[in-house]
Amino acid sequence: MNPTPLWVIFVGSLFTNNILLASLLGMCSFLVCSSKVDTALGLSAAVVFVMTCTTALNYLIYYFVLIPLQLEFLSFVVFISVIAAFVQFVEMFVERFSPKLYYALGIFLPLITVNCAILGAVLFMVIRKYNFVQSATFGFSAGLGWGLAILLMAGLREKMGYSNVPVPLRGVGILMLVTGVIAMTFMGFAGMLNVQ
Amino acid sequence: MTATNRVSVTCVGCAGSKCRETIRAGVHTNNPILVQVIGICSALAVTSKLETALVMGIALILTATLSCFFMSLIRNITPPRIRMIVEIALISVFVICFDQILKAVYWDMSKQLGPYVGLIITNCILMGRLEGFALQNPPLLSLVDGFANGLGYALVLAIVGCVRELVGSGSLLGFAILPESVYQTNLLFVLAPGAFFTMGLLIWIVNAASPPKPEKKP
Repeated sequence: MNPTPLWVIFVGSLFTNNILLASLLGMCSFLVCSSKVDTALGLSAAVVFVMTCTTALNYLIYYFVLIPLQLEFLSFVVFISVIAAFVQFVEMFVERFSPKLYYALGIFLPLITVNCAILGAVLFMVIRKYNFVQSATFGFSAGLGWGLAILLMAGLREKMGYSNVPVPLRGVGILMLVTGVIAMTFMGFAGMLNVQ
Repeated sequence: MTATNRVSVTCVGCAGSKCRETIRAGVHTNNPILVQVIGICSALAVTSKLETALVMGIALILTATLSCFFMSLIRNITPPRIRMIVEIALISVFVICFDQILKAVYWDMSKQLGPYVGLIITNCILMGRLEGFALQNPPLLSLVDGFANGLGYALVLAIVGCVRELVGSGSLLGFAILPESVYQTNLLFVLAPGAFFTMGLLIWIVNAASPPKPEKKP
């Protein structure tokens, strides 16, 4: 059992232990989808939703199905299947009941299955031994932190279109350096609290 | 006649001569990290020390080689509609095996790598190679391709790990290279920002040395 209070988990995964900038997860979609603020906003909304639900769902499955049956070694394949199935389910549900939302979020949902931040959050939840409420809070705030980082990056990239970047550095090179600077500023929050 | 069969016709019989070309592509001209820019999450996260970087590189070489080989074996009996889930299941099997072995023989390393071993499942390199190569090519060539891409990944990880451990803590594989009396350790390179800077600079150097095809992205 992990005694960390909820607000520490929330602030911690939003700033100091940001899942993108400190744990370095979800980089692929971060690099591909951060060229426009609109796209980034849609993707991060989808990530927050899916991450909150899958973390909670996988908590229940891990502690109430896998542990009693002593099948912990199957956890990877169960977690990824739950994520994939959940995303598929949400896609169908949203398409059926809210076509408008489907067109806003729809294209991002399949991308999320292979976003390593989702699986990463679930694995962190197990490693850090959070309880149910902590897990849901962690999923929500980690998603929010990921969204915050990608929104910052999208805003910077829209401005960066006007700047003169050295030719060999164009593309991913400059993105890495800029992300490094963002990560460095987020490290400034580290003094606020010490989360583990 | 499935889509995979149609594509595979063009690739039949290239196994012998294309072997060397495949290795070259995976390690150098089409390096998964530096050129294709996929699978960099773990490349950034486990490279704060050379040792973790090497273990992760070995993990990826093994899982990529094996999953490419077996995916290619079953490529003609896998219905295209469910191929993604088959790929993920296949990768998970090998990742679970590696994770269990690592836990059994090297518990400390398993603790240090934490969730990143499990995250090989969502590593884009594996999905990319299975989807882009193993589905259209014979088993042995796919095995070579998986190995080459794993090797390309492991090499980049080793370079980044070297730089970060040397600059960050003045040691290599835990042995002190730069004594503390001379060299002030630099925490920035051990933590996340150093990963971004090292990787950015490495991509810069590689691009400057061998200019790739012009990119459209800003």
